[in-house]
Parts: sequence; C-alpha cells; structure tokens
Amino acid sequence: MFHQVLFIIFGLICVAGAVNLLMQRHPINSALSLVVVMASLALIYLLLGAEFLAAIQVIVYAGAIMVLFVFVIMLLNAGAEEHSPGSKIALLMGVPGVIVLGCLVGWIMISNNKQLGGVSISPTDFGGPHNIARLLFRDFLLPFEITSVLILIAIMGAVVLGRRSN
Amino acid sequence: MVPLSWYLILSAILFCLGVFGFLLKRNIITIFMSIELMLNAVNLTFVAFANYWNERGLKLALSGHVFVFFVMVVAAAEAAVGLAIIIAVFRTRETLNVDRVNLLKL
Repeated sequence: MFHQVLFIIFGLICVAGAVNLLMQRHPINSALSLVVVMASLALIYLLLGAEFLAAIQVIVYAGAIMVLFVFVIMLLNAGAEEHSPGSKIALLMGVPGVIVLGCLVGWIMISNNKQLGGVSISPTDFGGPHNIARLLFRDFLLPFEITSVLILIAIMGAVVLGRRSN
Repeated sequence: MVPLSWYLILSAILFCLGVFGFLLKRNIITIFMSIELMLNAVNLTFVAFANYWNERGLKLALSGHVFVFFVMVVAAAEAAVGLAIIIAVFRTRETLNVDRVNLLKL
C-alpha cells in the first residue's frame, strides 16, 4: 500500500514535469522541469531497488547533462521560442499516430495486468554498487572498455565542433 | 506490491510526451531535451523489468541495470556532441529555430 502511494506520487510529479517541459516556451524553464522529471525518476528507481542507478541518475543526468544544457542556453542567450508553422505532416500524422500507439500500449498493459504480476521492494541488496560492479567488470568488461573509446571520440568531436573556425 | 503494468504505462506516457515534444517544439534545444526524456522513459522500462525478473529468480536480471548504465554513458556523449553542433549552428545561422535551419551546409 505504502509502495503504491509512493509510486503514484512520484509518477504524477514525473508526468507533470514532462507536460510542463512541453508547455513552457522558454528553454530554461523546460530544462528545469526536465531536472524535476529526472529527480523523480531517480526516486522511482529507488522504489525498484536500483540504488546505484538512482545515484547515477542524479549525478550524471540531473547534474552533469542538465548543467551542460543550462550552460548552452545561457551561452547562446536563448530567448522564448518563436512561433512558426512547422511541419504539417508531423501535426497531421505524427500526433494522432503517437496517441493511438500510446493508447494501444496502455490497453495491452491493463488487459494483461493479471498475468504480468507485480514488483515489490526487494529486501536484498539487489541493485547496489557491489553487484553492478561485479557484473560490469566481469561479464560486460569489453563493452565497458569500448564505451571509454566512445567517450574519448565524443570529447574530440565536441572540441572540434565547438572550436571557432578561422 | 505495484503491478508491473503501472511502471510500463508510466514509461509509455513519458515516451509519448517526448515524441510530442520532438514533433511540436521548434526550439532545437527543447527538441534535444525531448530526446533525453525518451531515453529516460526507456531506462525506466529496463529497471522495472530487471526487478521483475530478479524476483522471479532469473540470474542475469541485473544486466538490465548495466544496460541503463550504458544508455546513460551514450546519452552523456550524445549531449556533449549535440550541444557542440547546436553552438556551431547558432554561430552561422544566429537562430535556434529548426524551421530556419533547413540546409545542412554550415
């Protein structure tokens, strides 16, 4: 019961933040509501027993990535969004398509609710750093090393793209 | 005990809102933030299924968490490169409106 109440509270905060992201016209307001979404998602991760990922979500997403976004918004002095007609096909085909797809997924989930079962707060140290590290540095060692190369390439790309050309 | 379908529906709602932002917003930075929202929605599905299968005794259920870790790493790299591209576009076009950035040529 307590678990469900917590889930509903944080889920509603999450959806409200995402809706606010779409409603705001100024990018800095959108960025701050995205921070709200990420913080409440971190709390939902804690409900699912993912302690390490909750910490990483706050540090990397709400910390590092969003600071980068806010920094770029400040740097470019981005004002309120301009009104322009945009793409007709996105409005006429995309929006109804997404609504239909979302309703379909929701209906499938609700109709199969009984067979799917539920999740509860796990009593064991399931998603702690100890278990994650053992998996990451043993079974997933090669992908982990490859991501370090990916980050190096991303750093070089960001430096080259952000450089002022002569 | 929360039904698994609640988590999946929350994830679907967040993903759909991200797609709406991608389709309807005109500011390139806000479009980028909508992509981050979609990545977060998928991460929630991974974590929910990891916990679900762990309770049902699957040994490798924790690899869902490792996938989320990799998605976060890729999202961080993508944010760095994407924001550098936005700065490069802004330098030449003096605008953040995607409708006015309709040529690939810088």
